[in-house]
Amino acid sequence: MTLWEKLRPYGMVAPAILVFSVFFIYPIFYMIYLSMFDWNFISPTKNFVGLQNFVDLFKDPDFMQVLKNSLVYMLLTVSLTIGISLLFAVWLNRTGVFYGFVQGAIFSPHIISLVSISLLWSWLMDPEYGLLNWAIGLFGFEKLPWLSHPSTSLISLVIVAVWKGIGFNTLVFIAGLQSIPKDIYEAANLDQSRPWKTFARLTFPMLSPTVFFLVIINMISSFQVFETIAIMTQGGPVNSTNTLVYYIYDYGFRFFKIGYASAAGVVLLVIVGLLTLLYFKLLSNRIHYR
Amino acid sequence: MMAKIELKNIGKKFKDEEVIKNLNLTIEDGSFTVLVGPSGCGKSTTLRMIAGLDKQTSGDILIGGRSVNHIAPGLRDVAMVFQNYALYPTMTVRENIEFGLKNRKVPKQERDTLIHDISEIVGLTSYLNKKPQMLSGGQRQRVALARAMVKQPKVFILDEPLSNLDAKLRNQMRTELIQLHRRLGTTFVYVTHDQVEAMSMGDVIVVMNQGVIQQAASPAKLYGDPENLFTAQFIGTPAMNILNFSEVQGLHIPAAERIGYLGFRPEHVLMKQDLHREGFTLDGEIVTRESLGAETIYQIKSKAGVFFVKTFLEPMEMNSQIKVTIPYEQLYYFAPDGQRIRGIEAREKSLSFVGGK
Ligand SMILES: Nc1ncnc2c1ncn2[C@@H]1O[C@H](COP(=O)(O)OP(=O)(O)OP(=O)(O)O)[C@@H](O)[C@H]1O
Ligand SMILES: [Mg+2]
Repeated sequence: MTLWEKLRPYGMVAPAILVFSVFFIYPIFYMIYLSMFDWNFISPTKNFVGLQNFVDLFKDPDFMQVLKNSLVYMLLTVSLTIGISLLFAVWLNRTGVFYGFVQGAIFSPHIISLVSISLLWSWLMDPEYGLLNWAIGLFGFEKLPWLSHPSTSLISLVIVAVWKGIGFNTLVFIAGLQSIPKDIYEAANLDQSRPWKTFARLTFPMLSPTVFFLVIINMISSFQVFETIAIMTQGGPVNSTNTLVYYIYDYGFRFFKIGYASAAGVVLLVIVGLLTLLYFKLLSNRIHYR
Repeated sequence: MMAKIELKNIGKKFKDEEVIKNLNLTIEDGSFTVLVGPSGCGKSTTLRMIAGLDKQTSGDILIGGRSVNHIAPGLRDVAMVFQNYALYPTMTVRENIEFGLKNRKVPKQERDTLIHDISEIVGLTSYLNKKPQMLSGGQRQRVALARAMVKQPKVFILDEPLSNLDAKLRNQMRTELIQLHRRLGTTFVYVTHDQVEAMSMGDVIVVMNQGVIQQAASPAKLYGDPENLFTAQFIGTPAMNILNFSEVQGLHIPAAERIGYLGFRPEHVLMKQDLHREGFTLDGEIVTRESLGAETIYQIKSKAGVFFVKTFLEPMEMNSQIKVTIPYEQLYYFAPDGQRIRGIEAREKSLSFVGGK
């Protein structure tokens, strides 16, 4: 084996490794490095402060609020998205023009840019002139403040996320449903199983790998929510919709406290990292019904 | 508990494709009836209509004298064993067997006894707590059987239940199924596309082709007295030899113009000249010889066409040119449309020689 033959495989993967290192690995380590400095982006000197940024972070009541918001947002978004998508999937898992049309319709938000979606929903949710308040008014309900009051602002953002996410999640569920052999249902039918029991004992357990996969990716993406917040609420009112990524953006690029923002970034990294780890760990055993 | 199944003028269409055409069949109570036919001929569809999984487009289905047209599958007192078993992968073997009982609200005590007894019968006792995925093909097969048996149905429906098993296990399960049928005494409707399986298991065999019943009769009658070309060629290995009657020489027959085809079974051909047997003789050349141990199968080329000969416990014929005889009473005649023509007697050879070669 010549030297060239030994080196060739490395040469082949080198471009990928290089891109990956420059754009993914390096920024992560640089962020961790920065999280231990006090720096304002412009000044030539960075002051080493050790773990002080983290101490400040966890002493900041705003940050605690941000963590809580992120958690609530995540729980609501994930459970609603998964639950509604599953219902849609069970309903839409059949052939026919109508079902195909509904599938396409609920999938379309997935391919629209988040910026457009945010603008559209800001308008829909306008307390005075919005379509939503007009609609609920028809049913005799009182107008809701939607994005403009802390009591409804976070749930309003959850609604937008769920609306956008359902199409994709439904599609994945339908794919999962279609991989279940039909004769199992026929056997259950002959066994006089009622529809709900068939769902609970057969369909749902057989979908559990899919459910699990979707729960994790939805959790990860909901921790990363940014566009809707930046456009619709800027974290307000009174910090009620401020979540991790928006907080990082605020401190990094508006207040130019890069070290402090990096520390918050490290916290996000840890959370997402743990979720990913959990996913691979559990994926390799247990959850599968096989 | 009568469980005679009657299918009356059954038709089935999928979209515009007519899969079953005006099918009439009575399956006697307690019989072991086998539906057999080539792939796609509508066997599964027929079974599924009896079970209620597919709805017939026209006609009536009666079980035990009662119309089941509007009765849901679970309430027809029919249990089905599926080709791919269709076991519930999310449940253990015990839960698989128990599921139907629980849904019918059978009390726990009774369930336990039933499961105990049935797992004894099919030999599953030590696997009750395993998931089906952990079992071998034969074991899964038994679970599927147990799941059907435990419901004590009036009718058992089995759709190619042995097709996924290897040859040896298949033979063993075949015997077990026959015994099971004797023991339970319920009506079995069994589908296969393997004619050997059909012949060895059924009391009554229903031969189907393209959605039409060709013949329904006992195995012996199907073999000895086929109604038409299709049945004649479907039953037996190798199949019945069929010669185009217009190419056959040396056979003088009254009303020969009605006849389209001449048939005879490979095992009825005499290779050795036997002056005492009167019969139709053919000259030919042996093209291949195939020895299967006790049997030898020859392929012979004659002026009238290629045909097969099967001999049993005879030394291999080494000559390549050969003259074979088929006793007159072993000849079958078919009309050009394939229908059997009965009651024809071939005359003495000497007479037929008049216009011969
Ligand atoms: N759900 C369906 N939709 C459309 N056509 C169907 C459907 N099920 C069966 N068919 C058609 O009906 C015909 C009979 O099918 P069936 O499954 O009864 O055949 P089979 O005799 O059981 O064959 P095999 O031995 O291969 O199982 C086939 O031509 C098949 O294409
Ligand atoms: Mg079939």
